[in-house]
This record gives sequence, C-alpha cells and structure tokens, in this order.
Amino acid sequence: MGQFGIGQPIRRKEDVRLVTGGGRYSDDIQLENQLHIHFFRSPHAHAGISGIDLSAAREAPGVHHVFVHEDLAADGVQDLMTDVDFSDRDGTKIRRSRRPVLARERVRFVGEPVVMVIAETREQARAAADLIQIEWEELPAVASSVAALAPDAPVVWPEFDNNLGLHWELGDKDEIDAIIAGSAKSVTIDIVNNRLIPNPMEPRVALAEYDAASDRITLYAPTQGVRGPQAGVARLLGIKKEQLRVISPDTGGGFGIRGKLYLELVAVAWAARKIGRPVKWLSTRSETFVSDYHGRDQVNHAVMGFDETGRITALHAETILNVGAYMGENGPRLPIDGGGRIIPCSYDIEKFYFSVKTVYTNTVSTDTYRGAGRPEANFLLERLMDLGAEACGLARDEIRRRNFIAPAKMPYRTQMGLLIDSGDFAGSLDMALKEADYAGFPARRKESEARGKLRGFGIGSFVEQSGGRPVEEMRVRIEADGSASIFSGTFSHGQGHDTAYAQILHDHLNLPLEQVKLIQGDTDTTPAQGVGTFGSRSSMMGGVGIKRTAEQIVVKATRIAGHLLQSDPEQVRFDEGVFHAGHATVTFKEVAKAAHDPARLPEGMAPGLDENWVYNRHADHFNFPNGCHICELEIDPDLGTVEILRYTAVDDCGTVLNPLLVHGQVYGGVAQGLGQAMLENTVYEEETAQFLSGSFVDYGMPRAHHMAHIAAYFNVVPCKTNELGVKGAGEAGACAAPSAFVGAVVDALKPYGVSHIDMPVTPERIWRVIAGQAA
Amino acid sequence: MKVSLTVNGAAVERDVEPNTLLAEFLRENLRLTGTHVGCDTTQCGCCIVHVDGHAVKSCTVFVAQLGGADIVTIEGLAGPDGQLHPVQAAFQEFHGLQCGFCTPGMVMMGADIVKRHPCADEKTVRHELEGNLCRCTGYQGIVEAIMHASGTKVETH
Repeated sequence: MGQFGIGQPIRRKEDVRLVTGGGRYSDDIQLENQLHIHFFRSPHAHAGISGIDLSAAREAPGVHHVFVHEDLAADGVQDLMTDVDFSDRDGTKIRRSRRPVLARERVRFVGEPVVMVIAETREQARAAADLIQIEWEELPAVASSVAALAPDAPVVWPEFDNNLGLHWELGDKDEIDAIIAGSAKSVTIDIVNNRLIPNPMEPRVALAEYDAASDRITLYAPTQGVRGPQAGVARLLGIKKEQLRVISPDTGGGFGIRGKLYLELVAVAWAARKIGRPVKWLSTRSETFVSDYHGRDQVNHAVMGFDETGRITALHAETILNVGAYMGENGPRLPIDGGGRIIPCSYDIEKFYFSVKTVYTNTVSTDTYRGAGRPEANFLLERLMDLGAEACGLARDEIRRRNFIAPAKMPYRTQMGLLIDSGDFAGSLDMALKEADYAGFPARRKESEARGKLRGFGIGSFVEQSGGRPVEEMRVRIEADGSASIFSGTFSHGQGHDTAYAQILHDHLNLPLEQVKLIQGDTDTTPAQGVGTFGSRSSMMGGVGIKRTAEQIVVKATRIAGHLLQSDPEQVRFDEGVFHAGHATVTFKEVAKAAHDPARLPEGMAPGLDENWVYNRHADHFNFPNGCHICELEIDPDLGTVEILRYTAVDDCGTVLNPLLVHGQVYGGVAQGLGQAMLENTVYEEETAQFLSGSFVDYGMPRAHHMAHIAAYFNVVPCKTNELGVKGAGEAGACAAPSAFVGAVVDALKPYGVSHIDMPVTPERIWRVIAGQAA
Repeated sequence: MKVSLTVNGAAVERDVEPNTLLAEFLRENLRLTGTHVGCDTTQCGCCIVHVDGHAVKSCTVFVAQLGGADIVTIEGLAGPDGQLHPVQAAFQEFHGLQCGFCTPGMVMMGADIVKRHPCADEKTVRHELEGNLCRCTGYQGIVEAIMHASGTKVETH
C-alpha cells in the first residue's frame, strides 16, 4: 500500500497540464489543408422531403461539396440499427427503426441532419447551408410518449402501424395485482421522469483524414473509448476496422452519451475518403442540444402492497420509455437491463410484475445518460417507500429498514436474476441519518417555521449495478529505464485514471507515480479487446485488469531476477521494488534493464517486460454501489424558491482507490441528480414537436449557486466478486439525489397535503401547489 | 483590418476580419487552444480570459475592439518559471477539475475573484461563478479551490 498506493488521496497527475492550458482536445487539432463541414438540419419535427435544390449552395463562396443521403448510399453506407433483441410477451419481435446517416425521404425530428456542406471555412459552410432549398411536406408530429400511444396519434414509422416499438413484460400481472389487492396497505404513484440533455462541456467534434496509399481513414473525436466507434463507423461504411484508426485525445466529459455511436462520425469519415482532403466538423452548443442523444424521459406507474408490519408484499411497475424518432443503441435496455433489474435490489421484493413499453415520437433519440435507467428505478422505489411510510404509519427511515435486503441474505438473487454480493444498506441509512442530524431536525423545522419558511428532510437510499460489459483488456509495458506504460482499453475523460491506475501499479511494482504513463484513446495502441469507460466500470474492469497484468509482470521479472542473482526463482522474494535471494538483491529497475538485453536473460526467454490481461468477468460478477443521501432544504412559501441547507452523502463504493477521485465522482453525480430534480427539463411543444429548450438560456443547467456543500462519507463494504473490492462511483449521486431532494420538498409541503411532485421541482411548480393549483 | 495588442506579455499584430471574436482569434490565429468554447450564447464561461486585468468572456468581444489591450490567457497565467498561479495550484489540491474543459475559464474567473475578494466566503464564490458552467465536479472542488486561493481556510482531504 504505502504513501502513494491504493486508498491515498493522491492529487491528480493530469492536472498541471490541464490547469495551464496544455490540454489537447479534438478541436485543438488542425490538419493541413482541412475543409470544414456544416450539417443542414431539419427545422421540422416530421416532414416528407419532396425536393432538394442544392444549386445555390454549391455555387456559394468557398463551397467544395454538398452531399445528401443518395451520395452516401451510392457508396454503400449503411443505416444504424440497434442490436437489442427483445420480444413482446406474445412473441412479436421488437420493431426496430433504421436510421440513415443523412435523412432519406423523410425527417422525423427537429435537428435531423439532411445535407452536408463542405467549404473552405466554417462560416462559408454555414452561409451556404442557408441557400439550400427543400420542398417539405409537413406531417403531423407527436412529442410525448403518452400522446404517441393514443390510437389516433401521428405515426412516426408507418411500417409499424403504431408507435409502440416493444411491449415487454415480466411476471404474472394477475397474481401480483391479487396480492396487492389483498395486502393490508397499498400505494400508487405516477411519475414523469423528465427528459434531460447530458451536455458534456466539450461540444462534439469530428476530424478525419484519408490516406489513399494505405486506404485508411484516421478519425479524431471525443469518445468514451475508441474501440466502439471504430467498429461502429467501419461497419456502417462497409470497411474493415483495420482501415479506420480512431483517436480520442483529451475528452471534455462523456456521461454515457459519448459512448454511443454518432452518425456525424460516419459522415465525416466518409467525406474525408470521398474528397481526399481532411475535413472537420465542430458542432455549436445549439447544435448539440438537438443532436446529442438525450437522457431519461420515462413515464412510470407503480403500485406497491404492504403487510400490516410495513413489509412489501408485491410491486406492480410499468414504464413507458420515449425512445425518440429512432431507437437508440441501448433503447429498451435502459429500462429493462439498466433500470428494471435494479428495481428489486434495495428492498426484498419477492413478487414483481414489470411492464416496459418503448414508444417512437418525433424527438431526439434517448440513450444512455449517467445511470442509464438506474436513477429512474431508484427514484420510483424511493417515492413508493415515502408513500408507504405515510400509508403504514411508519417513519420514512423505519419502513426502509424493515424492507432492505439484509447482509445476512447475501449473496442475494433478485427477481430479475442479479446476484447482489454485498452491501450494508441499513448501515448506510443509519450513518447518513446520524451525519445529517436527523434527531435535531424537528427543532430546525420549528426554527424555520418561526421565520415563515417550510423545512423538509428527504431520504434517498439507492442501489445500482456497475461493471457493464464483462470484458476489458489492459496491457503494461515496462521500459528499459524501469518506467511503466499502461495501455488501457478503458478511457479516462475526467475520471483521473492516470492517477488511479498508477496507484494500483505502485502497489505491485513500487514505481514512483511519475514513472507511470497512461496511453489511451488510439486504436493503433489500445488493446484489441478494450471496451471503454461507461457504466462505472473502469475501477473494476480496468483496475483488476492492471492488477492481474502487474502480477504477470512480477512473475516474469522474478524469473529474470533469479537468473541475475543466480538463484532459483522460487527462492526470490519481491518486496518494495527489490528482489531478494538470500542476502543478494537486485532492484526492479535493474531487472527492467536486463529484461531488454537478451544476453542477460534466461535461455529461451523473450526479451521485454510487456504483459497484457484480458479480464473476462463471470456473468454474475457485477458490483452494486449503494448508499443513502439526505437532503435538507427550506422553501419560501411566498416565492416557491428552494434553498438546499444541507446535503449528506453516504456511499458504499467498495474499496476506495483514491478518496479524492471517488468523492469527485459522487459530487458530480449529485449535481446532475439535483439538476434533474430542481432545474433541468427538455421541452417540446406538444402539437408540433418543435424543440423549445435549445440552449443554455432555455435549459436550466445547475450552477455553483444552486448547489450546496456536500458532506460525503463512505460506508465501505468491499465487493466480493473482484479482488480489488471496488464498486462503481460515477452514477451513485445521480441515483440518489433526485429522491433525496423530491422527498425533502414533499416533506416540506406536507401542510398542503402533497404526496408527490414531478421533476424538475421549479419554484413555479411549488408555488402552484401552495397556491392550491395543480402542479 | 489590423489590430495590435499584447497577449501573454508578447506584442501581437494581425490582420483580422471585423467580426472575428477574441476567442476565435486566440484559438485559430494564435493557436492558443487553452481557451475553450463551450457554447454559442455566452452562458458557459469556458472562454474567459483577462482583458486589462478583468475577466471577460472572449466569445463576446471582437478582437477589433481590443487595440492596445493587454490579454492574459490560461497559457500565460503561471509565472515565467512555470510557477503555478495560486488558483491553478488550488485547483489541483482541491480536485477542482475532472475533464478539464471548463477549467481554463474557471481558473481565469477564479483568479479574478481572488483579486477582488480576499478571504472570500462560500456564498460569494458561488455567486461569482454564476457565469461559469461545469458538468463534472458539482462545483465543490472549484468553490473550495477559489476560497483557499483567496486566503480562506478550507478543510482538505
């Protein structure tokens, strides 16, 4: 362990570069001779394209090329279609949309790219796009999922007859409903889980060049790991993936959506090859609002039964997911694999019916965003527990305590097949209540009342599932000077892997942190089975990968040390960077040097100290980050404004590699969770599906003054299914904060008889409740 | 049109279009890519630089307006010997950055705040950061870093 190893709050290695302007993001790269791309996007939510006149645009100053769908189709460029495979209960297969790179015959949402203009400068490309003439046949449009399910709703995909892409079910509805009907108490809730725009701070960029001699395209873009886009873009272009090199330099945030395939990448890569010149597309923020995938947008209905002691008897849950105009890569996986599997995870729910409908609308596609279904699932459960407490006459902490899955029951197999290895849910709740001074709350509430304010206290317990895809490859190469290069399949885009991975390696090889270099984000050097960073998987998948690779390094280095010390390797001991055989010693650095000199190696041993490990995780070995967050706030009843007074976070992220980094993940997740709860909302005009919240002026991003200081604590229960004991951290805050905040608002508004209030809980919504109008 | 100004201590003279924004000028003409552009509505603050000692969103001024001005960008904030500005050092110490994209603007704004508010309290710093967006950190490390750099005692991990 030691001063620089696992568990230490090491300051980040990457920071000096980033605080001095030394970061290198995709738009910082300029290629000689590059041209600029602008995408002309649909102003209509739903319209047929009956004619396109590009003549004026083609003649505009600086314009080199103007391309439409047919140009890409002529080169065999394929449509994007999700590979999710679910069926309705009656066996009917999922109805999957096909999305062309540029619109074909019809546009289905505002912002859909229709024409690609390529010019000398960005301004010229934009100006030329204004000269494009399109004959539109406007069609009726629909924005919300509930409206799109109405029998007379406009149909986004006429070939599917209606907008229902899938109706998936689990469990026996009649049995569950009968149990609930026969229960001592039951509660019902209806929730609109608001659509969000993830908004990583770096807008999207793509820069591509083509080398005819090697018939190879190089694509620079911010991603969450280069292997995915390499495979995806190559597949759609119909080329071998070896013909596409993807490079992601510094990347300004991801939050899940950057891990999905974007069709602009395909267009830009295709254009570079087509015209034989480098091309760059830099999106504006206004453009990312209508072209980055959106998050959440679920409508939930649930009924939960309780026995006379407040124990859950059964849960009936229904989710409607708005997938947008085109089903995203993850689409139904979000509520089913992401959210649904988590619903029966915090609490012992033995009887469960779950229905998921995915619905097409004339909106941007929804896909993975921080938590990807788990925040929605946890919010649903926590609202039910608060309502259950009221119905059963129990305190909100007590009803949770009575229903938590107890550590003694673990490993616990849930109704949806997950195996929860560890967690102390009640312990985290108790710790949070103590740190938040629950006992002192009544007095603080009185004090607020005396000032004419409403004070509330909200509990957000949560469990989520991390680890993501079960494969990851890491490689460690020891150089002749004894320093190390880590080649990672994961991709740090803010998480601090440079530092955390060096700490893991330090524990094994005792290398100074500055002698460990992280090499990532280039398909020429990224391990072949690298996957990337999403689903809070890197500490587990990357961390364990590095640990095992380091162990391989030590095995080989020990053999070399034995040879150098003329000793049986079995007798050689490695301790704090030095190999010992009796009294004879050789340092790791000396062994590294010898490893690169064939003359100094045992006979038949290949030179070098260069190992890799493909970590194939067992199907049951996810990890389950969990914890309890508590929000205490005050409402001004005259204005409906809310001030967060105290925010307490207790997290079980398993073994903590670096508390500074893990707390950072928690703070960031909480801010996105509070953003959803207080401010953020994506608004479409219902009649026309016009997009109304298209900039930072219209969309409520959380700012420093909206947030409160977060007091964060750990209740560490090491994960039992990976040898580092780590659990994910990135999505915890986003899972916990919405229920803690909304629970506190509802608690504060108790005098007004409120049982639920939908997010975002804006001052207007609160004011309407207080004024006696519908929220 | 011709414009002459000082950037990070060096005299600069360039021919520019009258509609060239300072952010664009720094990034594209001078290749000082530490200044970032995160939006097109002057809401995010990623592009903040110092103009004559004041924090300014460089996406909101034309370079043609700045004849004779003294500009400092994130690349010019540290001392000539590479010594980090106290705000830069505090950002590392208090984990005030994750992806690093908003960081140049945050640091330049922070340097402006500490100059105007010695021993700044939390409320002041949060209020002063109204024009800067960060999506990664929840602002906690940023607020603590700026408070610390202003001389306020802040507990650290």
